[in-house]
Amino acid sequence: MSNYQEEVSTEAVGCGRNCLGKFCLHVSNLPLYTFSSDQNSTKSESFLSELLLAQWEERMRQGLFRYDVTACETKVIPGSQGFIAQLNEGRHLKKRPTEFRVDQVLQPFDPAKFNFTKVGQEEVLFQFQNGGTINKSYFLETARVDPAMAPNIVAINVSPIEYGHVLLIPRVLDCVPQQIDQDGILLALHMAAEASNPCFRLGYNSLGAFATINHLHFQAYYLNIQLPVEKAQIEMITQRGLRSESEKSVKVSRLMNYPVRGLVFSEGNTVGDLADVVSKACICLQQNNIPFNVLISDRGRQIYLFPQCYAEKQALREVSQELLNTQVNPAVWEISGHIVLKRRKDYDEASEASAWRLLAEVSLSEERFEEVKEYIFAAIGVVESKFEVNNQEKERAEEEAMLDGNMFEPVASHFQEGCLVVE
Amino acid sequence: MDTSRSDSDPFRLSLTSRYSDWVLEALEELSDCFLITDPAISGHPIVFASQSFLSMSGYSKSEILGRNPRLFQGPETDRGSVSQIREAVRTRQSVQVNLVNYRKDGTPHQVLFHMSPVFVEEDGSVLHFFAIQVPIVRRPGTQHGACSKGLLRGCRDEVRKGCDAHAQKVFDNVCNRVSEEGETCMAGELERERALNASNSIISALNRYNNFTGLVVSTKQCCGPRTIPAFSSCLNLSLGGINKSFVLSDPHLPGMPIVYASDAFLSLTGYSRCEVLGRNSKFLNGPGTCSKALQEINKSISAEKSCTLRLLNYRKDGSSFWNLFHISPVRNATGKIAYYIGVILDEASKGELNGISPEMLQFGTVGAVKVAVRSLSFSSSGPSWSSNSR
Repeated sequence: MSNYQEEVSTEAVGCGRNCLGKFCLHVSNLPLYTFSSDQNSTKSESFLSELLLAQWEERMRQGLFRYDVTACETKVIPGSQGFIAQLNEGRHLKKRPTEFRVDQVLQPFDPAKFNFTKVGQEEVLFQFQNGGTINKSYFLETARVDPAMAPNIVAINVSPIEYGHVLLIPRVLDCVPQQIDQDGILLALHMAAEASNPCFRLGYNSLGAFATINHLHFQAYYLNIQLPVEKAQIEMITQRGLRSESEKSVKVSRLMNYPVRGLVFSEGNTVGDLADVVSKACICLQQNNIPFNVLISDRGRQIYLFPQCYAEKQALREVSQELLNTQVNPAVWEISGHIVLKRRKDYDEASEASAWRLLAEVSLSEERFEEVKEYIFAAIGVVESKFEVNNQEKERAEEEAMLDGNMFEPVASHFQEGCLVVE
Repeated sequence: MDTSRSDSDPFRLSLTSRYSDWVLEALEELSDCFLITDPAISGHPIVFASQSFLSMSGYSKSEILGRNPRLFQGPETDRGSVSQIREAVRTRQSVQVNLVNYRKDGTPHQVLFHMSPVFVEEDGSVLHFFAIQVPIVRRPGTQHGACSKGLLRGCRDEVRKGCDAHAQKVFDNVCNRVSEEGETCMAGELERERALNASNSIISALNRYNNFTGLVVSTKQCCGPRTIPAFSSCLNLSLGGINKSFVLSDPHLPGMPIVYASDAFLSLTGYSRCEVLGRNSKFLNGPGTCSKALQEINKSISAEKSCTLRLLNYRKDGSSFWNLFHISPVRNATGKIAYYIGVILDEASKGELNGISPEMLQFGTVGAVKVAVRSLSFSSSGPSWSSNSR
């Protein structure tokens, strides 16, 4: 009897640090946000955003962040792209250094290295669970953590680059290494939809594309300004899944007039459709050891995929000293056009040309991008559209290269006829 | 009479709730071709289309109300013009460009597109945008070149002085280009005059029956000590979309006056906006207000810190309420403190909180405002969201 009691009391304490390891979580209470994944459920707009921001502000009051990100100077660099530059001297000094090799996109989870089970619970904002077809989402300020439910955690990023910068850690106890799978992307898309706010973006960095922790996680933040990549023009190149007239296919487009080459996925009949296509594309890149970044924008309806090669170039010493000196590691936010600079000099002298130069280094070359695109298309089961973009459109696209790279939304009828689609 | 009217129609309400019940009749009397859009509704949709617009475009009212005006664009619509329009919406300015629009039957036609925000004169907030389309009549062989790429910039100063002389000069200069098609399709003096007349008529119609409410609108944003910087209301997280009770005070102005007050604050306290803007929030205090609490607040402001406390405050009608008050500095893009936010929560209204603690509610408001203000001073006129977001 007394032995049993002793065991219980040790378990109740966990490791003593109140972290996210399974012994601690078993006996913990955390706020719980349960969302409805029923597309017809009543959506309370911005409920999640209100809660997330409230919790984030509360953690600021508690002094959990390494610095006040709102005290960091930010500006839009003049020019048609509208790159956003931030002067943040504190982040670099206090960020955790990367602890693994950067030439392998897939690496096994190493419990000895830093991972999110070691994070203190005070950094957790809430659990984020899928309630299935419940009528509407709900929030409990405190709820017992149920490990059988594979808790997903939203935690603060203690070195934030924007207000509301959080980490989404799917199935924290499963200790999945940093790699995309369908469930992970689906959860991220649900969160984007639930936050219901165009300011809220999620991002993902693979290993080799400047992820710093080999434990599956997405980042997210709020920024009340359109990211340059969101303003860039896109051109649809194919669709996946035109099964019937009532269903919408997932559209695959290409980024135009932007320094980093990338694909854009949008629409689809359900969130699941989009998650399926995007995860297949990412898995293909992972299997081919191509590092990449993903940006989820527009409430989860538009997803950008950027294969990149900067780390490889750095290793081969192909990057100019000028760029290396800025010490910018181009991860998803930088690639999207939000560039965090560590030195006042770089911030003051930041120009559209220098930002473009930096990002152009990150991009795959045209030939390599075409190759990679073919792998991806094979993986998701599509063929590039045989629909001939008419010459006027081509010329216009070329003229646009010097004008604002604004997204032009083509009249729908242009692209539906003549597309060759293979399931 | 239109028998399909219903009072719950959000597009009618967008106008009748802001101006007067008869504003639609007044607008229907106008013979000009125009649309009115509401930036506070998600998607920035059309809430009114004049009869003349419907005839010109071939659409029926029900086909376009609630939709964003981008539906009239098509392959030949110049993207430079579209981006100028977006920029003008974002920065809340007037703009005049040549534009190719498409009718319902798919035929394109050239118009002089003139868009203006509708500002409330007393506080500079934007209620709507109106967009006038004047069809351009082709005039062969004029001395000016064609300008199928309208590249007129929005006219910020001209909004103050009158979007006339300077804007048109710029417009003329830009139109001295020859298009690849070699057509001359420039908006001339006639079209511009028609646009300006229409603009004046629309504003008159919006103001016409407002003696009762005292509301005065115009296309010019006034600048004075009691007006606020231009905060766009297009966005959920913009200040207009935050349906909580709060004020923003400016510590750089003498007396630290209120420069923004939410609708919820006005409902709670019973004051009208013009009664609070420009005043220090101490008007909420009264005989029962504890002076220690006031000292706490002042200390926090001096220390540039936040604080939460409970104090007795008074509504306009003299009744008192316990205010669960939270004050916090809010920084803009320069990283420096731009405002202090005061979140006012009536303790007696705790029942409406959906099970969330009052503290969390306050923090949520602070967070939302911090996100909105953080991007201010990217341009001096406010957050940078495109109105054409989906």
